Amino acid sequence: MFLGRVVGTVVSTVKDAALIGQRLLIVQPVKPDLSATGKRLVLLDCTGAGPGELIYWCRGKESSFPFLPEQVPSDGTIVGFVDELHLERGR
Amino acid sequence: MILGRVVGTIVATRKDPRLEGFKLLIVKPIAPDGKDESGYVIAVDTVSAGSKETVLVVSGSSARMVDGCKDKPIDASIVGIVDTVSLDK
Amino acid sequence: MLIARVIGELVSTHKHKSHVGRKALIVQPLDLDGTDRGDAVIALDAVDAGVGDRVLLVTEGFSAMTSVGRPESPIDMAVLGIIDRLDLDPLLGTALPKLK
Repeated sequence: MFLGRVVGTVVSTVKDAALIGQRLLIVQPVKPDLSATGKRLVLLDCTGAGPGELIYWCRGKESSFPFLPEQVPSDGTIVGFVDELHLERGR
Repeated sequence: MILGRVVGTIVATRKDPRLEGFKLLIVKPIAPDGKDESGYVIAVDTVSAGSKETVLVVSGSSARMVDGCKDKPIDASIVGIVDTVSLDK
Repeated sequence: MLIARVIGELVSTHKHKSHVGRKALIVQPLDLDGTDRGDAVIALDAVDAGVGDRVLLVTEGFSAMTSVGRPESPIDMAVLGIIDRLDLDPLLGTALPKLK
């Protein structure tokens, strides 16, 4: 899984039927020190996250499993809020 | 499938019990001409490969199709020892 | 699988139910020379690893899910071994004889 911050939302009316009712969020991947890293991407969400929130997300086929038995075409899904990060000294 | 060279071994006592009995080798991908490529993988050895040998590595879910690897937490397997590679000039 | 080092822990109270009861570790994948390989990632813990441990990180769904005992879950990475010893070819990085 990867750390990220929700920075926006996407609205789409014409989309795959299985995506209807799913929230599409724009997420900026971040490092453990919370600085941005890599490109922003669009993720589904199974937690109810909103803009500004620090989250962690899962990629790949596994990211469609929260929606089972529905087959949702997801390749990245937010799976948890981050409350605290405890890092080794010096990180 | 990729070509690789065995560059090391890993010993882990505390591990997923399904990995018990498997040898874990560090494999560096190589180009067909023998040059090192970047990165590495840790692969389960199913052919008794040795240090410095050139090997064939399969990764992903195919790595579990090897005999004895079914339903094990394996994402890369060494499935062959390479004798020679010939390239069209 | 990759070599990685546990650099921290993540606390999350609101997360997918399959993650409940499993420690979420912040793990830095490493290259063979011990330097960082990309950014740190979050992996669930299958072997009770702790900060500072050098571990085996699996980055493939099936292996990750089953090693923490949560099949069909949104889990793409797990720590499934603690590395006791790592032996590397001393010639690593030097020019290799060409294959015939």
